Amino acid sequence: MTVGATTAGDTGARLRHVARARDRRWWLVAGGVVVAILGAILGVGLGSVWIPPSDTVSIVLDHVLGTHLSSADPATSAIVWDLRVPRVLTAMTVGAGLAVAGAAFQGLLRNPLADPYVLGTASGAALGAALALLIPFHALVFGFGLVNAFAFIGATVSITVVYRMARVSGLAPLTGLLLTGYAVGSLLAAGLTMAMYFSGAALRQIFSYLLGSFDSSSWERLAGALPLILIGCVLIGTRARTLNGLLLGEEAAAHLGIDVGRERTILLGLASLVTAAAVTVSGLIGFVGLVVPHVVRLLTGPNARVVVPLAALWGADLLVFSDLAARILGDIPVGVVTAIIGAPFFLALLRRARTGYEL
Amino acid sequence: MVVVDGATVEARGRTILRDVSFSVQAGERVALIGPNGAGKSTLLRVVAGILRPAAGRVELGGTPMASLERAQVARRLAVVPQQTALPFAMKVEEVVALGRLPHEAPLRGARPADRAAVAAAIERVGLGHLLGRDARELSLGERQLVLLALAVAQEAPVLLLDEPTVHLDLRHQVEAMELMRDLNERDGTTLIAVLHDLGLAAHFFPRLILLEHGRLVADGPPADVLSDARIRDVFGVEPALVRLAATGGG
Repeated sequence: MTVGATTAGDTGARLRHVARARDRRWWLVAGGVVVAILGAILGVGLGSVWIPPSDTVSIVLDHVLGTHLSSADPATSAIVWDLRVPRVLTAMTVGAGLAVAGAAFQGLLRNPLADPYVLGTASGAALGAALALLIPFHALVFGFGLVNAFAFIGATVSITVVYRMARVSGLAPLTGLLLTGYAVGSLLAAGLTMAMYFSGAALRQIFSYLLGSFDSSSWERLAGALPLILIGCVLIGTRARTLNGLLLGEEAAAHLGIDVGRERTILLGLASLVTAAAVTVSGLIGFVGLVVPHVVRLLTGPNARVVVPLAALWGADLLVFSDLAARILGDIPVGVVTAIIGAPFFLALLRRARTGYEL
Repeated sequence: MVVVDGATVEARGRTILRDVSFSVQAGERVALIGPNGAGKSTLLRVVAGILRPAAGRVELGGTPMASLERAQVARRLAVVPQQTALPFAMKVEEVVALGRLPHEAPLRGARPADRAAVAAAIERVGLGHLLGRDARELSLGERQLVLLALAVAQEAPVLLLDEPTVHLDLRHQVEAMELMRDLNERDGTTLIAVLHDLGLAAHFFPRLILLEHGRLVADGPPADVLSDARIRDVFGVEPALVRLAATGGG
């Protein structure tokens, strides 16, 4: 073998040079934070009543710090604090959650087209939540509502079925996963339609799951979803080593010291938990989990230690601006906006997807 | 270093390995040979701890394999993975850096020592000219070297290879073999490789282990293992064909 004339020191220096040229992560962090702040100010300010940024900031500070900076009337204050701030925070939380769940599914299934929506996981969660609404009593399971628990069960069952069936389908992994996700997703959508048919009073709520929107955001609903999504995302972030090892396949990951069976169960469970919590507050919002991790990976490389946190940040940004667009366009469901962005993206990826990503 | 004692592996009612025993000392270079279906790759997976034998035991550095966690195994033993599909675009150095995963703490990324090991592995395997390239765009020979560099970056005392030359043309086969010999002789890495090519095995490996129908039938230097009668019996070919390939100099 031709051993190069350079020394290990040279190679180290060149490696650092190549890495620096590629290291856009701090730009992406800074940009993501600026976009998030901008999104928050616009998201709170824009609506049927325009509230200037100075008023929104002072109203928020009054509530958070107990100051008396704001001179706005109580109605304006209520619009900002009770309606728009929880809506913006919900959009950000759900966006971050869906993007991180997408990154986890893509890494785990080694498939750039996987996301909670495409795989039917979100539909499973929505069906679970809808079934919980049909149960005529409200119970708490381990402190969380029945809706959360059923959504989690729905998400877990659907991803498990899709994962197992795709593995034994005999098709190429990419095709097998997409077709299985489509079939299971269709079945779940039929279940959701049946749930609506029998729903009676809960029709509007179930219908909102199907549409995907932040119309009914509130502090209470945010308080139910935020801890689950936050904890789920952080725990997925701590398993970056696993996601990196899986880049080379399950057996290679095992050779690199990863207990693949255990880690797969944990990651599928966490991604299902985050998806379920997101669907419970906002319904089916597609393609966030597909677009965001993919773009981040394109810019920073596939290291999950970088991809997961940046996906969370930019997922929050994407959804807060999608919601803003949905409101400007006449209060259409935000799921329509993300579909308009995401579906062409998905088709472009599908067109580029090669059967043999050989190494 | 590696002890396999009475390993038996069964799958779907069929015995794939039957009572296989051997041990490999630190610094040895051993090739596992045998016809298709003899159980070579299965044996390699047993040694790697991926497959647990139904009977028998495996020891790694004096410790039973069954009592080691995956990460502990990965710090003692590296496996050059088979050519595999990459789901996302990855630079050559990013693939090689995956070899450091067994040394990383779960919450902490690569440290300077890890980066130095990656640079050293790239240097050792001679991949400097490929830095910054998308690993999916490389030739088969180059990809094989990237995977070898990944295993070298793992800095494990034992290196396992499953048919490392299968995709390579003759020149690249010989180059890969020379690199493996160099890793063994200069760095003291213990090598166990599954090889199809008897000529290359006999030429580059001082010790061969021959498997047939899941049994170990011979273990020793190439001249003893590859006797004319055995080549005829086990492989069903004329010995002259193998000899021709094995007497290639150096």
